[in-house]
Amino acid sequence: MTLEDWYRQDRLPHIYCAGCGNGTILNATLRAVDALGYDINETTFVSGIGCSSRAGGYTSADSLHTTHGRALAFATGVKLVKPKQHVIVFTGDGDCSAIGGNHFIHACRRNIDLTVVCMNNNIYGMTGGQGSPCTPKGSITTTTPYGMQEQPFDLCKLAEAAGANYVARWTSFHVKELSEAIKTGLETPGLAFIEVLAQCPTAYGNKNKLRQPTQMIEVFKNNAVKKAKADRDAAAGIPLEPGKFIVGEFVRRANPPLGVVKE
Amino acid sequence: MGGRKTLRTKESGDRILTGKTEFYNGNTACAEGAIAAGCRFFAGYPITPSTEIAERMASRLPKIGGTFVQMEDELASMAAIVGGSWAGARSMTATSGPGFSLMMENIGYAAITETPCVVVNVQRGGPSTGQPTMAAQGDMMQARYGSHGDYSIIALSPSSVQEMFDLTVKAFNLADRFRTPVFLMADETIGHMREKILLRENVEIIPRRELKEGELPCEPDENGIPGFGTFGNGHNIHITGLTHNEKGYPATDSAELHEAMVRRQVDKIEKHRLELTDVDIVNPEAEIVFISYGAPTRTVRQLLADEPGKYGHLNLRIVWPFPDHCLEQFTNAKAFVVPEMNLGQIAKEVRQYTNVKIITAPKLGGALHTVNELKTAAKAAETATRPVTEVRL
Repeated sequence: MTLEDWYRQDRLPHIYCAGCGNGTILNATLRAVDALGYDINETTFVSGIGCSSRAGGYTSADSLHTTHGRALAFATGVKLVKPKQHVIVFTGDGDCSAIGGNHFIHACRRNIDLTVVCMNNNIYGMTGGQGSPCTPKGSITTTTPYGMQEQPFDLCKLAEAAGANYVARWTSFHVKELSEAIKTGLETPGLAFIEVLAQCPTAYGNKNKLRQPTQMIEVFKNNAVKKAKADRDAAAGIPLEPGKFIVGEFVRRANPPLGVVKE
Repeated sequence: MGGRKTLRTKESGDRILTGKTEFYNGNTACAEGAIAAGCRFFAGYPITPSTEIAERMASRLPKIGGTFVQMEDELASMAAIVGGSWAGARSMTATSGPGFSLMMENIGYAAITETPCVVVNVQRGGPSTGQPTMAAQGDMMQARYGSHGDYSIIALSPSSVQEMFDLTVKAFNLADRFRTPVFLMADETIGHMREKILLRENVEIIPRRELKEGELPCEPDENGIPGFGTFGNGHNIHITGLTHNEKGYPATDSAELHEAMVRRQVDKIEKHRLELTDVDIVNPEAEIVFISYGAPTRTVRQLLADEPGKYGHLNLRIVWPFPDHCLEQFTNAKAFVVPEMNLGQIAKEVRQYTNVKIITAPKLGGALHTVNELKTAAKAAETATRPVTEVRL
């Protein structure tokens, strides 16, 4: 089984817009799965609704493309009935934290053995660019034409507080670190949550002076502060500069998980 | 831990309990029927008056190699049993009206993805929070049409504790046979009453047909039903709630393909109405005929016992698809009297298939019809002139 074999070839090309970050994240995920040498018959992808959630259908394994926000609840059923399956969930910021917010915190609380890859592009891309719970303050979207007034979720803090065993954040720029994080997530029993900031030049960048895909990737590159540095800065009393965000591994712990096969 | 002790009565050991006579309430009988039928995954959320089903499953499933999970809400419960079903388990949830409403989204998903699963609705008075502890039959139309889009489903209606057991077994077999969600539309009376029940030995289990090699995941067989590609069995299939082709791949812009998919999924049930008929027909030569399902059937039977030969009776154990052909059996019928614990939901369905005049006998509030009330309704049949007459009891 090669990396290419993890793609459902007769479903390609994908539907993602030119410059979209989701394909990169799918690639990083499949690289992680391939590197671990998983058996395709013991791997299942589950996804919700939205651009992110189309990713499952491009994998050659069994995949369940479910309803908006509910992927984690469907995945819970799959995992509890067949604990041997490696269950990977693709979701997006709206899918995971708005309509699916309750399922998200409860999946983390149960610490069920799923690996969740959340493609956070700060927007509802599939429906044409509405504000999401992760749209940064001030950003222009079709439903926040005067700038987003509400504060965004920090999905990683949410996952950590709710009880996930592994929590990390990377971006579509940090492909190697991302793939490693997904690998670690897959190997960590319990819920692994990997938030991936993804560029959406079509629906988000277009309205926020980041029209070129490379501009958003530059933002990821220049504004990402590695966790270790952020910790050092915090210890020295230096606050995180506005617009910057922390990437890296936030949590790796061994709390009792649900849905792990007893040896 | 008094509650826990109660659950651990001598009969709740680590076996599938069959071949014994017990004195159970309907909800317990339902859970035991599910276990006898091979249900090994239950996801649910507490709601009166169905909670005893979840409690019984929570107590019993871990001892027989099954899994119980209490989800965060009914949206998630329905989602989880669909996931559990694709992973290969006979899966079930149980709820009442408010939870049933929340399940509608993923019931539609189960319909379009043709996922076998059983949903028990122990009905209570609605709308909204309504009367949580009182019986009703107000969700019969929601069971048929509650989710969006065109689809068809199967709904059973038990009128005794024994039927809570037997029809739960049947629900699982029909779900697998037709690859559809099947509803057990019980009500608070049947769920909470206690009766003698025989836990039948060796119940018949008709498993779902596994997808064969070379067969496409959504390619129908001669019955219009595709093989089931259980996850983890090497089929490597894609399942989506989008309109899909026979490969299971999204194909949302073809009018022809969409219509063909919807029609096949509806037809696989509607064209099997004869096979899906489960009724009792009593005194088919009678002029005044009661049509009932669920708890009201018990009162109709009492009336027929009190006055033998006077009335006819059509009792429905499968309400959806509606067995319209059974109406023709009552060749002398001058009136169909339909007592329901709602404002006449199935009476409207009867009306679709007959020109015989209809007397609706709705009763709301939770109490069963009395024999005298049924007599009043039957009397109204003699004088009614309009096609549909409602009797205020």
